[in-house]
Amino acid sequence: MDVQRAPRSVDHSLWRTRLGLAADRLRENWAAFVRARVGVIGLAVIIFYALLAAAHPVLMSTVWDESIYDPVVGYSFDETRQPAPPSLRHPLGTDPLGRDILSQLMFSARSEFMLGLLAAVVTVCIGTMVGAAAAYFGGIVDTILMRLADIMIMMPGISVLIVLSALIGVEHLELGLIIGVLSGFGGTGVVLKSQALSVVVKPYIQAARVAGGGPLHIILVHVVPNLLPLSFLYMMFTVTSAIFSEAVLSFLGLLDIRMSWGLMIHTTESAGYLTQVTEAWWLIFPASLSITLLCSSFYLVGRSLDEVVNPRLRRA
Amino acid sequence: MQTDGSRPLLRVDGLSKRFPVSPVWYRRSNSFVHAVDGVSFEVARGESFGLVGESGCGKTTTGKLLVRLMDPTCGRIVFDDGDEGPVDVSTLKGKPLKRFRRKAQMIFQDPYESMNPRRTVFDTIVEPLKVQRMGSHLDRLDRVLRMLGLVGLTPARTFLFRYPHELSGGQRQRVAIARAMVIEPSFVVADEPISMLDVSVRAGVMRLMEDLAARLEIGYLYITHDLAAARHTCSRIAVMYLGKIVEIGETETVLQSPKHPYTQALLSAVPVPDPTVTRPPVRIRGGVSPSLDPPARCRFYDRCPIADDFCRDNEHPPLQDKSSGQMASCYRV
Repeated sequence: MDVQRAPRSVDHSLWRTRLGLAADRLRENWAAFVRARVGVIGLAVIIFYALLAAAHPVLMSTVWDESIYDPVVGYSFDETRQPAPPSLRHPLGTDPLGRDILSQLMFSARSEFMLGLLAAVVTVCIGTMVGAAAAYFGGIVDTILMRLADIMIMMPGISVLIVLSALIGVEHLELGLIIGVLSGFGGTGVVLKSQALSVVVKPYIQAARVAGGGPLHIILVHVVPNLLPLSFLYMMFTVTSAIFSEAVLSFLGLLDIRMSWGLMIHTTESAGYLTQVTEAWWLIFPASLSITLLCSSFYLVGRSLDEVVNPRLRRA
Repeated sequence: MQTDGSRPLLRVDGLSKRFPVSPVWYRRSNSFVHAVDGVSFEVARGESFGLVGESGCGKTTTGKLLVRLMDPTCGRIVFDDGDEGPVDVSTLKGKPLKRFRRKAQMIFQDPYESMNPRRTVFDTIVEPLKVQRMGSHLDRLDRVLRMLGLVGLTPARTFLFRYPHELSGGQRQRVAIARAMVIEPSFVVADEPISMLDVSVRAGVMRLMEDLAARLEIGYLYITHDLAAARHTCSRIAVMYLGKIVEIGETETVLQSPKHPYTQALLSAVPVPDPTVTRPPVRIRGGVSPSLDPPARCRFYDRCPIADDFCRDNEHPPLQDKSSGQMASCYRV
């Protein structure tokens, strides 16, 4: 965004000026983000789920009785028949095992966030370093990293996860790491390398070398900052794919976890309610809708960020 | 024009750079592009030495070899600025190379691409001081401010935290010059520093570079294809053709009475701002021959108007003194 702003002078101290500059940049980017619209919707949905996740422990310790509302071992003694339809006591009803659906939904939201963010951070850290190193060093480093990427891309993600979860107990932490490594060394790394290739040939990289900067200095100070917008974008897409993979694996009952949205659908399925949507809609819709909404809102935020970082996509 | 006749700042001896033409990195190539081929010259302290020639003749490659942005295939670059003994730049590695980088800097052609768009003017100029660990934070700030004043970006404080896209081309090039000069080098390679600038700001940037050279006693290697700029700035020039220096000498003598047929052709191609002057016809033929595995004869043979069988059957002619210090590599003059 080429907004002309008043030149800042160093009246105070250096770091205050720098903070001011960062704030300016943030403001400009935020304006472009808002103009892209869909991202704001996505962000609203994400904030909504974040609030749900944050509210769960508060509710558990204040209004909700642990023996009834615990997402895993609770049991609603008041209902005569399980699963019970939504009522005042259980706003989203109970599942076939007599557990409160709303509580399960809120409890799972937190781990979905943690899984998504872990996978995204791992992806971006690995992907950025792989991309920058492959582009900067070239030659044999590039060859090794890119052949590794080919192997990662070749692996059918869900099938690999199924095999892995059969071999070792996979929980959220392991799942996040596996997805992060697969995508960081794989697709994300390749995309970031292609971007890095256009950065490493710039004369300012040569100027930094003439100044005496070593590879680490150049990669961290000059290459990575110019990759960050793109890697941030891929971070969003990784969150989406991580949450989705988790849902698929839990639905298949392959994950060693206590509760998740996928597991809620799995419970419904194993109790035989999956095909009776009209009779027990509250068993399926909250969880599946949440998966869809959260995945798509991270994707929407990613799309909007794409418009922010990619000026060619910006509307005039 | 050596200042004291003793040791030059920089002595380049038989410098060559060949690029292997090979589709894959693990197979050795038998085919090479001879970008720079056995170039020798000297630059004295505080002298501006010009390197002229058409595009693709190896000027920029030579410049990059001298600041070790590339590793030479063979040849020696002896650098001696009087602080420490002479060093052979062509084989430096690690710490000594980093020390050499305090002495030799480069100014790049394109001011729009030579600054990181995500870094402020201050970040850009302070970078050499920072990576060389020179001075405290406040010292560096002080030096950057002084440098901004020297290159004419005043008031310096208002420029410190601007981003490149907030500056004009001329201002950017001034920042690039400030970055090269801030560690007070004794040798600067200036790669067509004014060719991308508006004509209106060229003179200013040129004057600035001369001014700084005089003040800081900097030796320039001034790479250009603009003979007028070379004449204005350089005391001695070398004319390059296909990786070889074909003529070298005092700027005025070379430009007034060129000896090598290529230099003559180059000069006859310079437009004269006078409609009544009839220019001598350009007598050379064809285009630049490829630099891929050139045959062992005079590089200029294919285009030369005065070449004969001797030129074809013998190696590329060595540089010979043609008249009091003016050297040309031609058998026929």
